Amino acid sequence: MTNDTMTNDQKMENLIAITTICTWHEVENTFINSLSEAGLLELRVVDQTPYIPESDLRKLERMIRMHNELEINIAGIEAITHLLERVEYMQEELRVLRNRVNV
Amino acid sequence: MAFIDYYQVLGIAKTASDKDVKSAYRKLARKYHPDLNPNDAEANKKFQQLNEANEVLSDPEKRKKYDKYGENWQHGEEHEKYEQQQRSRPQGASTGGQGSNFEGFGAEGFGSDDFSDFFQSMFGQGARSGGGGRQAKFRGQDLNAELRLELKDVAEDRKQTLTVNGKNIRITIPAGIENGQTIKIAGHGSPGANGGPAGDLYITFSVGDDPRFKRNGSDLYTNTKLDLYTAVLGGEVTIDTLNGKVKIKVKPETQNGTKVKLKGKGMPVYKKENEFGDLYVTYDIQIPVNLTDKQKKLFGEIARGGEG
Repeated sequence: MTNDTMTNDQKMENLIAITTICTWHEVENTFINSLSEAGLLELRVVDQTPYIPESDLRKLERMIRMHNELEINIAGIEAITHLLERVEYMQEELRVLRNRVNV
Repeated sequence: MAFIDYYQVLGIAKTASDKDVKSAYRKLARKYHPDLNPNDAEANKKFQQLNEANEVLSDPEKRKKYDKYGENWQHGEEHEKYEQQQRSRPQGASTGGQGSNFEGFGAEGFGSDDFSDFFQSMFGQGARSGGGGRQAKFRGQDLNAELRLELKDVAEDRKQTLTVNGKNIRITIPAGIENGQTIKIAGHGSPGANGGPAGDLYITFSVGDDPRFKRNGSDLYTNTKLDLYTAVLGGEVTIDTLNGKVKIKVKPETQNGTKVKLKGKGMPVYKKENEFGDLYVTYDIQIPVNLTDKQKKLFGEIARGGEG
């Protein structure tokens, strides 16, 4: 289902307020904003309240762990995220090529 | 159960300061953290060892106890009793270190599955982060599993119940999943510690070969034998597909190795409903054997280009 086909209620059901996440994970709002400014997270503002889609929650939690547990700053998180995406892409490519070799 | 040298795990000397412990842990955690090493069981194991070493060496009480008994941890309890007896005697009582109880670190009740038998034996079940110090949240370990399926099994969505760590998980395997492809079942890995989130379960699919087909993505390839007469004169041939047999027309004068495409008769496209790959059929024309004299004569006539 794309966002275009969702009703407003459905949209809200799949959003989590940033304040809730900040309280739960004990992180500053500014950290979330910095992630957003770095293009690592897309915030959705409904009635002046920022949210993230539920589907992005695990990605955000991973970045919070990098920050809290490993003391990695935003620039580091950005670099790691891009590298992990590349690794994932290359692993997928490798898998497809391996299967193709068997044809 | 072997002794674990936590100093060696963190790569530090026994004289290392608290700051050194923290620094060594941070450095190695950045290298082996599960978030930075997805699907890497070896890194996950290493990270688990780091956590354990950090748990002991960053906690003054645990470190003291570990340093005191070290490799003789198995005899620690006996040694402790002996010391207590010595202290209770009116004469010659030692004022040695505080009597640490091997079950003394108040259990907090969170999972200690990730910790070694050595740790649990020395510090007791649930000793993790129980020393009253830092209560870092740790994400649970990711789990990896492999699921073997046949090609025909992935021709349609398939519901399956898996048992992981004693829990049943119902999953739907999307049609068209490929050999070696991994799907993540979020939150079904090992439980986290100190309120940390559970890890994820990664299932890698091993999709077996079907002797009839070769697969490339969502396309299937097959060879089919075609007798010489049908190849020359045209006709029909029956082809095996994943969903049964289909008859296709053969054009006259079909050459050996000719490839025909049966649109939409391949595998379902992964996570794209009602989209299918194609089935490519290559003709393997069979030359007749054990010809009769009459057949040989007729072929001879054809070879000479005669009309009879």
